[in-house]
Amino acid sequence: MLNIQKQINGSEATVCLEGRLDTTTAPELESDLKSFIDSITKLVFDFEKLEYISSAGLRVLLTAQKIMSKQGSMKLIHVKDDVNEIFEVTGFSDILTIE
Amino acid sequence: MYKTNLKILAVIDNLSKVLEQVDEQLDAEMCPMKTRMQIDIAVEELFVNIANYAYSPDTGDADITIETLDTCPIPEDCRDGMTPEDMNGTWLRVTMSDAGTPFNPLSKEDPDVTLSAKERRIGGLGIFMVKKSMDHMYYEYKDGKNHVSICKKLR
Repeated sequence: MLNIQKQINGSEATVCLEGRLDTTTAPELESDLKSFIDSITKLVFDFEKLEYISSAGLRVLLTAQKIMSKQGSMKLIHVKDDVNEIFEVTGFSDILTIE
Repeated sequence: MYKTNLKILAVIDNLSKVLEQVDEQLDAEMCPMKTRMQIDIAVEELFVNIANYAYSPDTGDADITIETLDTCPIPEDCRDGMTPEDMNGTWLRVTMSDAGTPFNPLSKEDPDVTLSAKERRIGGLGIFMVKKSMDHMYYEYKDGKNHVSICKKLR
């Protein structure tokens, strides 16, 4: 299960994820992002309540990062240790801005 | 020690059922959360691979065996550098078999994890994550089936 909550203020968006970002839920996030990503320059993911991420979730983050690198910035905040470790192993900690 | 056999249609919608079975066994063994997440990821990647590719464009079954063991299930010739202490403890072995197209996931080249976001290709990460997080991964093609197994020490 994944709960997506987003707040858009002008060209800034904050997306809070709760639950699991996996093969079943990643498409939901992907289509949600698609609906507004073109109009923003700053994207923040709040991962405070994200418990799990698999390669399907990483793919969505990489796609978003590629888009945001061209038109603005993207960062992740409040990443849990277990999820952070996945970013380390896959080299995503060097690609993404994690605060 | 436990052993569960599961025969299930390899479709993405069944992923949660597979993970439920695995997690049930992990919880019974009081598996640490971090290890549980690594195992869930590995099981997800392997099952999704079968669902997406093994029988494409058709669908077919996956045979899944989930075992907890009190002896190290890693074959002796693959125990390089392991101490007796490393081998002690409770282990999990998950084996997935399918009768689809022969495919050795271990033959896939690892993605270059040092590339920038612009250079990184989408995909190819799944099996790499499995290899990195499990203690052992094994593939064989036997009797017309792909068999992939992963082993992980629980505690």
